Amino acid sequence: MTIDLKTVKHISKLARISLEEKKAEKLADDMNSIFEFIEKLNELKTENIEPLTSIAETTLRFREDKITSDNIREKILKNSPEKNDDFFVVPKVVE
Amino acid sequence: MTEITSLSLYELIKNIKEKKISSNEVAKSFVDRSQKSKKLNAYVTENFEKCLKLSKEFDNKPNYDLKLPGIPIAVKDLFCTNEVRTTAGSNILNNFVPSYESTVTQNIWNEGGILLGKLNCDEFAMGSSNETSYFGNVQNPIAKDLVPGGSSGGSSSALAANLTPVTIGTDTGGSIRQPASFTGTVGLKPTYGSCSRYGIVAFASSLDQAGPMSKDVKDSSILLEVISSFDKKDSTSIDFKRNNYSSELTRNIKGIKIGIPKEYRVDGMPGEIENLWKKGIEYAKDCGAEIIDISLPHTSYALPTYYIVAPAEASSNLARYDGVKYGLRSSGESLIDMYEKTRSEGFGEEVKRRIMIGTYVLSSGYYDAYYLKAQKVRQLIKKDFDDAYNKVDAILTPSTPSSAFKIGEKSNDPVSMYLNDIFTVPVNLAGLPGISIPAGRDKNNYPLGLQIIGKPFDEQTVLNIAYSMEEKINYKNNITDWWME
Repeated sequence: MTIDLKTVKHISKLARISLEEKKAEKLADDMNSIFEFIEKLNELKTENIEPLTSIAETTLRFREDKITSDNIREKILKNSPEKNDDFFVVPKVVE
Repeated sequence: MTEITSLSLYELIKNIKEKKISSNEVAKSFVDRSQKSKKLNAYVTENFEKCLKLSKEFDNKPNYDLKLPGIPIAVKDLFCTNEVRTTAGSNILNNFVPSYESTVTQNIWNEGGILLGKLNCDEFAMGSSNETSYFGNVQNPIAKDLVPGGSSGGSSSALAANLTPVTIGTDTGGSIRQPASFTGTVGLKPTYGSCSRYGIVAFASSLDQAGPMSKDVKDSSILLEVISSFDKKDSTSIDFKRNNYSSELTRNIKGIKIGIPKEYRVDGMPGEIENLWKKGIEYAKDCGAEIIDISLPHTSYALPTYYIVAPAEASSNLARYDGVKYGLRSSGESLIDMYEKTRSEGFGEEVKRRIMIGTYVLSSGYYDAYYLKAQKVRQLIKKDFDDAYNKVDAILTPSTPSSAFKIGEKSNDPVSMYLNDIFTVPVNLAGLPGISIPAGRDKNNYPLGLQIIGKPFDEQTVLNIAYSMEEKINYKNNITDWWME
């Protein structure tokens, strides 16, 4: 199986990473050599194997849906690249 | 007295408790040496002034009951530190100042430790040489233009160069053990669930684990005791009885069964590594251990499995970097355009490569063929270890297939870089504890490490074997201070 330029561009859209044409070609090459190496897994028959989803064999704990932090709005907004009083600002999405 | 900076953590604590040296003297020594060591590029953010101030405060009101009384410690820049910039080695977090503290670092400060600075690492811990960091390459103090390993490369470099008495790293596929091996130091990855992941910049959540790095095994036991804790803020933190690792440390390992997995004799392994392993087996026998040949049949599938699971989890974890709530933002005409430009400019090449791989293996139509398949093989790899541990108490292997390489030597070939982690990755996939200890040198006089892998939650046995073997091996780094200004 090979990953072509069209697939790389599609994946970069899904991943929300803009790609220059030249970089996309290099990335396709890299991905192909990595997938060549990954294909080794096809040697193994795994039909009846349960997937291992978590190494910590515990059921996830529940907690009460209660607020535990004080008013931390300022702290949260502090790192924002662009803010307007109490809001994060993003480019216009609705005309 | 020997120089303060070359003392072990244990000796520093002893001297401070006996009032032979003050916390401020210790802090000054490490700050001075760090300031003269800029050529190593080990630090991303220095906390020197604050550290000196806090050490004075400690001396004015000392508490000698603490486990790290007034000890300055620099940490990998993947741990969020309250009010101190945390970059994860990435441009996208270049200006990020957390308003909260990771549990692991909080545990250190609670026991009297003082933050000395934040140490360089591969971007989002993705790398084996520290060359993917936005903040540049790190020099290995062993020799000029040699990589310090990765991803905890700033940590291993600072530790080997005596810029910090001990440090902490994180290990997703070998990022503590491989840099320790490359710098002649000790690095321990605890069992998954031992140390809280709260406040650690996430890479691959089912594999990430924080752990101690130190100049000797005893120091790692002291630091592990401080950082290992059950934490409600981490949903995969495990509530088990933790030992007093340092006080229970013993060199009596008589009768302990150590397995030697035949599958780790990989094709093309250098003779030096093979010889090191043989010597290690002899040392273990000398310590009273019983050596047993074992098989871990799915070993060769570990790296391909890892390079599906880790990028998949990374692509999901790194989706949060969108230029809205924190971090870098590039300008774009629309919201989507802004996202795409921010992520393109904010992430480096290796991180983008892994996000792309991860997005691909999780994308519609490919999930079963890749991600699900990898999770099934991961089960087989874990079962290999479960079976082996019916016969043995621990497993001995080389830490890495080679010694440290030159900066630039492997950075253009991702697959050859990935092969570095061949002996360490299976341990993360199975969630086990593993330690790397310095065990010898290659023909260039560069350090080589041996890895001891334990049963889940049995860090004590891993430490005890390492402690016993360390005495027999008697390895000493010969650092020449070539980088000092």
